[in-house]
Amino acid sequence: MPRSALKGSVVARVRDLTKRFGEVTAVDGVSFSLRRGDTVALLGGNGAGKTTTLSMLLGLLLPSAGTVEVLGEDMLAHRHRVLHRINFSSPYVEMPRRLTPFENLAVYGHLYGLSRVRDRVLAIAEELMLTPFLKRPMSTLSAGQRSRVALAKALLNEPELLLLDELTASLDPDTADWVRGFLERYRARTGATILLASHNMAEVERLCSDVLMMKGGRIVDRGAPAALIARYGRRNLEEVFLDIARREERLAAQ
Amino acid sequence: MSEALAATTFSFRRVGAMVLRYLYLLRGSWPRIAELVYWPVVQMILWGLITKFFVTNSSWIAQAGGVLIAGVLLWDVLVRSQFGIAVSFLEEVWSRNLGQLFVTPLRPYELMLSFAAMSLLRTLIGVVPAALLAIPLYSYSIFTLGLPLLAFFVNLMIFGWAIGLAISGCILRYGLGAENLAWLAIFAFAPISGVYYPVAILPHWLQPVAWLLPSVYVFEGMRAVMFEHIFRSDLILRALALNALYLTLGGATFLAFFRAVRRRGLLLQMGE
Repeated sequence: MPRSALKGSVVARVRDLTKRFGEVTAVDGVSFSLRRGDTVALLGGNGAGKTTTLSMLLGLLLPSAGTVEVLGEDMLAHRHRVLHRINFSSPYVEMPRRLTPFENLAVYGHLYGLSRVRDRVLAIAEELMLTPFLKRPMSTLSAGQRSRVALAKALLNEPELLLLDELTASLDPDTADWVRGFLERYRARTGATILLASHNMAEVERLCSDVLMMKGGRIVDRGAPAALIARYGRRNLEEVFLDIARREERLAAQ
Repeated sequence: MSEALAATTFSFRRVGAMVLRYLYLLRGSWPRIAELVYWPVVQMILWGLITKFFVTNSSWIAQAGGVLIAGVLLWDVLVRSQFGIAVSFLEEVWSRNLGQLFVTPLRPYELMLSFAAMSLLRTLIGVVPAALLAIPLYSYSIFTLGLPLLAFFVNLMIFGWAIGLAISGCILRYGLGAENLAWLAIFAFAPISGVYYPVAILPHWLQPVAWLLPSVYVFEGMRAVMFEHIFRSDLILRALALNALYLTLGGATFLAFFRAVRRRGLLLQMGE
């Protein structure tokens, strides 16, 4: 069945997800669902629990409590049944800098079990305009070029669920804009679901159909960007973010 | 085979992908290849000269002129085998790449198998040139040991893998603060492995400890071939049994620490 025919079905379901590191509760009883074809943002300040939530969705981090179901599989028990259908990109993980983008992408192509790895690597390189530096060591590339290679890695297997952590953090405005456009086209073409952890409010307003606002490890509000802006009586999502972030300080001051 | 099934079962292709990655890394850095060859050659030259001296001054060594050279070459098999595991693992830590790898269908045991394959390759690159160089320099060929050499080699490789996996697990759990274990731990086994002398010369209380090491059986077996011209299969079988135990423990240690790291969320943070 084509993916587009499944639009709107649940791709990931998180229930009462909790992660404690000793005395610190990094994620506190978070629940949400992701539907096919949606782009959803995890918004929150530093330490809000965004990266921890993404890590648990991927199975890189074991939760203290709660469940994560991705593409119908329990990620605690059977993550290997679906890992070939999802992918991930984050500035906190890298690829060996002594290898070329081609070598790195070829290795990942084999790890994802792709057929005709060389053709796939060349095609994704072309799409992301990596071809001119495909055979240069990663160490000689700019931060923006490396980010595009990381995005190429994340799209190699045409994931049904794509998790992106601060995707455009190291990109100049021009490249960041191009990458956002590319992601929009990718989602429209494949019907993929994207979960995006970001600090960039304009990016979220542009890309996302839904926003999960996190603070102190909890989801404190959620909704479409326009609905949130209207509900808080603000002009944009950044003002909503600041409103939520400073709410307790304001209450304490009163 | 369906994609879903291929992703959940063991995959030689994924092991091959990781081997390909380490080959790319090795190919791209000639100093690393030179380093692999350098130390075994220096050791062989040093012990070859010592042997030349002892052949005329020690009746024990005079009975089998190559015993010290054979010892140093086989000891290097053990060292290179352990280093081979640890270096492949450290490549991933240094490049902050473990988080990327473990969101692919790659299984931890497939990663371990790729480490073992690279360890074998690195050991061959390091030790074979030194073994070949010993032939013109000292008129000694370790290959004259014949088939027993294969049994010695296999046992030392497996023991090195067991130690390497346990050490890699420790680095995974405790971070790069534990990196020195990768370079130093193996040498704690040198004095009691009986590389250059029989275990019988160790203090009595230490000998039972020494016999817990598979390497001891290999070096005693090597001397049996060289001095008595017999192949002690009993020694090799005991070494294999101990290796089976230690390899299981080494692999289990790596997997246990991997699970601990997933609980603590260190996979995304691990790196320099």
